[in-house]
Amino acid sequence: MDYVVGMDVGSLSTDAVILDRQGGIAGIGIVRTGASSLRAAEEALDMAVSAAGLGRSDLGYVVSTGYGRTGIPFSHRAVTEITCHARGACFLFPDTGTVVDIGGQDSKVIHVGPGGRVMDFTMNDKCAAGTGRFLEVMAEKLQVGLEDMGELSNRAQGEATISSVCTVFAESEVVSLVARDHPTEEIVRGIHRAIVGRIWGMIRSLGPKGELTMSGGVAKNRGVVAMLEELWGRPVQVPEEPQIVGALGAALIALDQETQPGE
Amino acid sequence: MRAFQALRYRVMKDLGAPALMAAARFKARRRPRRAPDPNMGAPLKCGGRLRELMTRHYLLARYAKGAMPVAWVTSGAPVELLRAFGFYTVYPENHGALCGAKGMGADLCRIAEEEGFSQDLCSYARIDLGSVMSGKTPVGRLPRPDLLFASNNICQTVGYWYNVLADRWNIPLILLDTPFNVHGGPDEASVAYMVRQFEGMIPTLEQVSGRPFRMPTLKDVLRISKETADTWGEVLGTMKARPSPMTIFDAFVHLAPVVSLRGLPAALDYYRILLAELRGRVARGEGGIREERRRLMWDNIAIWYKVRDYSTLFAEKGLNFVTATYTNAWAETAVFMDEARPFESMARAYSRVILNNDLDYRLRLMEQMIRDYQVDGLVIHSARSCKPYSVGQYDLKRLLMERFDIPSVIIEADIADERAYSEEQARTRLEAFFETLGP
Repeated sequence: MDYVVGMDVGSLSTDAVILDRQGGIAGIGIVRTGASSLRAAEEALDMAVSAAGLGRSDLGYVVSTGYGRTGIPFSHRAVTEITCHARGACFLFPDTGTVVDIGGQDSKVIHVGPGGRVMDFTMNDKCAAGTGRFLEVMAEKLQVGLEDMGELSNRAQGEATISSVCTVFAESEVVSLVARDHPTEEIVRGIHRAIVGRIWGMIRSLGPKGELTMSGGVAKNRGVVAMLEELWGRPVQVPEEPQIVGALGAALIALDQETQPGE
Repeated sequence: MRAFQALRYRVMKDLGAPALMAAARFKARRRPRRAPDPNMGAPLKCGGRLRELMTRHYLLARYAKGAMPVAWVTSGAPVELLRAFGFYTVYPENHGALCGAKGMGADLCRIAEEEGFSQDLCSYARIDLGSVMSGKTPVGRLPRPDLLFASNNICQTVGYWYNVLADRWNIPLILLDTPFNVHGGPDEASVAYMVRQFEGMIPTLEQVSGRPFRMPTLKDVLRISKETADTWGEVLGTMKARPSPMTIFDAFVHLAPVVSLRGLPAALDYYRILLAELRGRVARGEGGIREERRRLMWDNIAIWYKVRDYSTLFAEKGLNFVTATYTNAWAETAVFMDEARPFESMARAYSRVILNNDLDYRLRLMEQMIRDYQVDGLVIHSARSCKPYSVGQYDLKRLLMERFDIPSVIIEADIADERAYSEEQARTRLEAFFETLGP
């Protein structure tokens, strides 16, 4: 068993990362979670296994994380996404002090200490504002692709004001802006401002610390990242595949288990 | 009529209640015991006695109406004054906690909401109003009050809530206004202001109760009340031991007498027995949970519908809550009570309850508790109901973490309305907190 696996079963996507004994990424798989988290986990793992050119029998310890972390029968241990994102972000960017993860269902800000240890964290609650879901709802309303929002936003000449912090109310604000024929780019930029405002409030509640690393699917949105950089005052570190940071962290914890079996 | 009701109350108190308790004890002995949780310590022997004390209190409440004056009282009101007039007192907040623990909170809240009360209102208030409107309660029946007694030392909501009741039944409401403390305790002008209010309450209390005010009676009540609060403080103090002889979840339950029966000899007697039991456990090294790996502090009111689940969950991880700002609230101001100066000392004690103070006070109190109880981690309940308790918690958390380098977590929930609780979100936060606490 020369390989370990990290699985992140989230509300929107399910990600698998396979690591070799040296901590090198052998393969990854990303699928939409859909209605069955178990099926999604199987698919993501199959995808990662074939990307790595391996068979299932090559796999050793499996750590799962995310909302579906306890429902995966082939997982050996479940760890929360807070611990996994901290570990994954620190592995990719060792000078990380603050991790911002904007996921599908929640967003979190984590203070990270030596070795990717969680020092403190905060999460948004009972509210879709400030999550990937907020952007999805808005993209749908505006009939633009989720992946195009960043570019649209950065192209905007001005910015619409979305004053509500609630997804449902913000949606009706967007509807009335659309009705007034407001330029789509500016609405998108306003939407990004709203989400970044929420995240910035969470960052401030913990206090900025070290370098900021972003994880989660929303980190792919250049518009959101640019706005966050304005507030942070320095460049924000974004991994090549921000979606897999949680699964990567889980895989690193799995590697600990394989190398220090006494623990 | 009054004579009949008085007689009926006496019969219930002296014959009915003891007979019912004996029957319940008999039934309990025959009922198969629930398998003990392997992670918990031995259950407290006092548990049964506490159940009887509180059951008796609510049972006799049904027969109090007409036999004696009845008052509904807020948890932070100086009830000693009412006891001097022989009022039977009912605590809607205690009743709300009971409804929450029995899983009736959301239903009763919904009834109040259908009548137009906002979902943002405190769930104790909504439960009480919902219970009044529908007659639903887990205790059989609550006696309709002759008088309402509230103090805004715990929050401003009680004033509005009790006004609704006063209006509904057209009965007098007495409100003690306690000026909020900034930079220390109340000044002399504030104390004088509260003493004048006490003096002004006496004519109404005499009229409703039909009894004259007697200072010696008030002094007696005050002495018992102070001793009760002191003994409750000693009960909590036993939890400084390693391992702590009980968990904070036990303390949440054993809090009921000092809240609802304060100033009555029954509460004092009860805590003396409980204290002796806990001291015995400390001497024998018996803990509230099987293995106390880490010691935690709880902030804010209990999540009543989760007390059992949390007690199992934390015990399983070897984590024991050894102190809470909430349970401490009924012990911390006893020192100011003085039967030699009843009104003045009541003003000083009751205006100093935790929620009537600025955040600096709360920070210093929590720092002291973390040191005294050797706390390794902090769980903060941000309660949707209780704004005065929940505001400032993020700042308190940050400052305490800076000063003590201990992990902490905030759980967003509610005291008695389970609709404001998300199991999945709370679990993720708690598990992440367990992970930061380490093995």
